[in-house]
Amino acid sequence: MSAFRLLMRREIALAWGRGGGPLLAVGFFLAVTTSFPLAAAPAPARLASEAMGVSWIALMLASLLSLDRLFDRDLGSGALDLLSLGALPLEAVVAGKCLAQWVTSGVPLALAAPIGALALGAPPVAAPMVFAAALIGGLTFAFLGGTGAALALASRRGGMLIALIVLPLLIPPVIFGGAAIERFAAGSAWAGGLALLSGYSLAAVALTPFAMAAGVRNAGA
Amino acid sequence: MDPLIRLSVENLAVERGGRELFRALSLLCEAGEAVALTGPNGAGKTSLLRAIAGFIRPSAGAMRFEGAAGPIEADEVRRAQCHLIGHLDGLSDSRTARAELIFAAGWTGASPAAALAGAGRFGLERVLDLDVRRLSAGQRRRLALARLMAAPRALWLLDEPLSPLDTAGRALFGEVMADHLARGGLIIAAVHDPLPIRARALAIGG
Repeated sequence: MSAFRLLMRREIALAWGRGGGPLLAVGFFLAVTTSFPLAAAPAPARLASEAMGVSWIALMLASLLSLDRLFDRDLGSGALDLLSLGALPLEAVVAGKCLAQWVTSGVPLALAAPIGALALGAPPVAAPMVFAAALIGGLTFAFLGGTGAALALASRRGGMLIALIVLPLLIPPVIFGGAAIERFAAGSAWAGGLALLSGYSLAAVALTPFAMAAGVRNAGA
Repeated sequence: MDPLIRLSVENLAVERGGRELFRALSLLCEAGEAVALTGPNGAGKTSLLRAIAGFIRPSAGAMRFEGAAGPIEADEVRRAQCHLIGHLDGLSDSRTARAELIFAAGWTGASPAAALAGAGRFGLERVLDLDVRRLSAGQRRRLALARLMAAPRALWLLDEPLSPLDTAGRALFGEVMADHLARGGLIIAAVHDPLPIRARALAIGG
């Protein structure tokens, strides 16, 4: 079995092992989207107009939930040393960890996303685009979140730093994805938003592993 | 792959947090040799091992890795011929001992059968299906050593490998180290207690 597949299997098993991590993110997302209407003003029409935006933001926050522990545990247990002395360069190792994070957290969230959007009153026709945007955007969230986690690794107040580093970088995908969903639901040209979101995700996948590997190396030194 | 036969460290200096741990440290280890690093706590034994593994950048000096056919790139050695056992065992609490062992075997280029044989030698058959968090410190170290033993890697960097082991475990690991040296392996170990094999001593600091 190739080293990358081996790593993916380990990471996916670990994600399910830590207290049902993926379920936590999905549960958080569904809790926010179903309780938001209860707290908002009783005006279904206004709620529906905000539905896509609110569900998209809830999705982003849910996908960041378990990220601060992405490298932390392996650093604490010494497993990062072992991972650093394998056939794969550290850049590929951190990319594999983020990809596994996407598989175990991003994909379940993308499946839950249409449900959350519908619960908020989004039109059912928007569901396919909500799913697609969540799936593609999830890649960005996993890789940028992983970057924050790696950079925060060596410092003590990790969680706070992750938010500070990562949130500004997440604004573009939030705008692109939100626009694609809104336009798709309204029946106007949506391809531009989705293309920008995809491009941003690809750039994140291609570039962030270098930053993450540098952060992890620095934490180990 | 060109097997590693000589590691030479010349005039190495390592700084941690702005403080110089040691300087002008030289060390030579050839195939079939063990070097025992001794020194007080905080002298830099762990840092030296981590510098050889490439985790710490030395502030001065050079490290040379030589194979039978000539010099080998340091990265090449670290990727395929080097194994470090730190005072953390590198095991994930939430997985079973067997899962961790099989993963480590694949990761270091060993066969699962060799890894399970290693576990057998260290008397771990009965605990293989327990979560790592249920193992005692000694059992965790035995698991880490079974992983080390199975890995087809010439250079062993060991940081206090004996500390949590019982008497029988220490004797057993002595045999495993002797076997490794007999196969042409290299061992550099940071120790407080003497190693149960013949080793050249190198004192750091103090």
